Amino acid sequence: MLKKMKKNTKNNLITYAMVTAAFIIMQLLISVGAVSSLLEGLMVPLCTYIVLAVSLNLVVGILGELSLGHAGFMCVGAFSSAFFSKCMRDVITAAPLRFFLAMLVGIAVAAVFGVLIGIPVLRLKGDYLAIVTLAFGEIIKNLVNVLYIGKDSEGFHFSTKDVMALDMAPDGTVIVNGPQGITGTPKDATFFIGFLLILLTLFIVINLTNSRDGRAIMAIRDNRIAAESVGINVTKYKLMAFTVSAALAGAAGVLYAHNLSTLTANTNNFGYNMSITILVFVVLGGIGSIRGSVIAAVVLTLLPEVLRGLSDYRMLIYAVVLIVMMIFNWAPGAIAWREKYFHFGKNKRGAGK
Amino acid sequence: METLLDVKNLGISFGGLRAVNAFDISIKKEELYGLIGPNGAGKTTIFNLLTGVYRPDSGKVILDGVDITGRKVTDISKAGVARTFQNIRLFRQLTVADNVKVGLHNQHHYTAVEGILRLPRYSRVEKEMDDKAMELLKVFDLEDYADHLAANLPYGQQRKLEIARALATNPKLLLLDEPAAGMNPNETGALMEMIQFVREKFHMTILLIEHDMKLVSGICEKLTVLNFGEVLAQGETSKVLNNPKVITAYLGE
Repeated sequence: MLKKMKKNTKNNLITYAMVTAAFIIMQLLISVGAVSSLLEGLMVPLCTYIVLAVSLNLVVGILGELSLGHAGFMCVGAFSSAFFSKCMRDVITAAPLRFFLAMLVGIAVAAVFGVLIGIPVLRLKGDYLAIVTLAFGEIIKNLVNVLYIGKDSEGFHFSTKDVMALDMAPDGTVIVNGPQGITGTPKDATFFIGFLLILLTLFIVINLTNSRDGRAIMAIRDNRIAAESVGINVTKYKLMAFTVSAALAGAAGVLYAHNLSTLTANTNNFGYNMSITILVFVVLGGIGSIRGSVIAAVVLTLLPEVLRGLSDYRMLIYAVVLIVMMIFNWAPGAIAWREKYFHFGKNKRGAGK
Repeated sequence: METLLDVKNLGISFGGLRAVNAFDISIKKEELYGLIGPNGAGKTTIFNLLTGVYRPDSGKVILDGVDITGRKVTDISKAGVARTFQNIRLFRQLTVADNVKVGLHNQHHYTAVEGILRLPRYSRVEKEMDDKAMELLKVFDLEDYADHLAANLPYGQQRKLEIARALATNPKLLLLDEPAAGMNPNETGALMEMIQFVREKFHMTILLIEHDMKLVSGICEKLTVLNFGEVLAQGETSKVLNNPKVITAYLGE
């Protein structure tokens, strides 16, 4: 028992240490100027992807349900927090405080959406659940695209038609401008904040998994009928996993939004493509393996940039890397080989040994 | 001894099929009761009715004076009914110890926030759960397997673990669905001893479904024989097994 505890804790410490070491090395490289500005600009998005991958792993790996709408929750977090930051730009001048509050807003709104969407969606399972979450993700993205919000001396004006329909006084400003999104969000996100957010996400997901509630969630994944028969409230724990995951995706969205001066919702950042990209990180990192999600997100985000010099060949190499990662993580032969030489990989899927 | 489980006129239909009809049973505290019958007689359906998987069309289920008819599975588990399954249902990707700890879920509490922030109550309650789980595993000689994944246990040990997990919910009534299925005579013998032992150690009331007549006649004090969803015979084991109607149902004319 004690041995297991130690092994689990050790494993988790390695994950924290890896992330911290990678951050310090990267920060050093940036400060000595050894990193191209392009790569440097990729650091905050990279943090976003890691947070998204780890949080999606909570639903896909720990709860065992395939969700394809993760980008939708990110979108909710991004827009609600950007809206907040833009409104508060002149009211709260201290950037860290403003960003902290924006973070809370984004997390809270995404969590509320997580509950609202989770209640109907979690009645389904398997492919059906995947399809419906995909639809909800697209609905969120499309709703944001027709949303117009303006503010004048009388207060807020809403419309789903166009800017004219807001019917504002001459002193009014448009805050959310439909497909043009939100412009002028303060650029409060930094690499350091992104790093802190990764640590926070890891802390929440890892500790939740290794607790009474996490065991209940994994029990539902392994055998729903048996979980019910020992008195586990299936709806409650499914919703808990889904909501925590959505809230963390919202946090990633906040980070993402405050790294851009113009925030728009399109297929690549908040749509289907993004949801699939995150799922690719989770699957190739090993479903249920938190550390794997982090590594896969880093490798697959940086690879196309690092290989930019190879121009046309880079997507070829990207594809080869995808295949190699898939084999390494999932082929029975590769798993046996890994266990023999590295003594790891046995704790795929949760809190095993 | 007072009555623990009192079932009156229980029935359910699936479409036009009357799967269980007018089923009565009365089990006293600490009794070891057998439920037998040919394949398709409705034995597992009765377990599913008792544990809330199905809602009965008619009848009442009274557990220790409380009406639990038609309640949800989770609530019936909390009320004190635990079960095992005909086809083993373990949490395969969790360790043996964690399987039992899931069973302890409703006896030991801390909130999700306390769990995530690792507040003092987390460590204290987890320690209690670990101790309790190891205690239960020792009863079933499974303590050496505590760190193994449940999926990697041999078949017989998986059956034992399922019983350990059911006992972890601190039940008043334990339902065993064909505990000896797929076991050889030696294993069945050991299982019989174990069931007796569990009954004595935990003062448990047990209702079991079984096909193995040796096991049934060896340990059950009372029997109910089911055929086509109806009670064929009921009473003391030896009398029931000599009942001509039972012999006919099992062996034919």
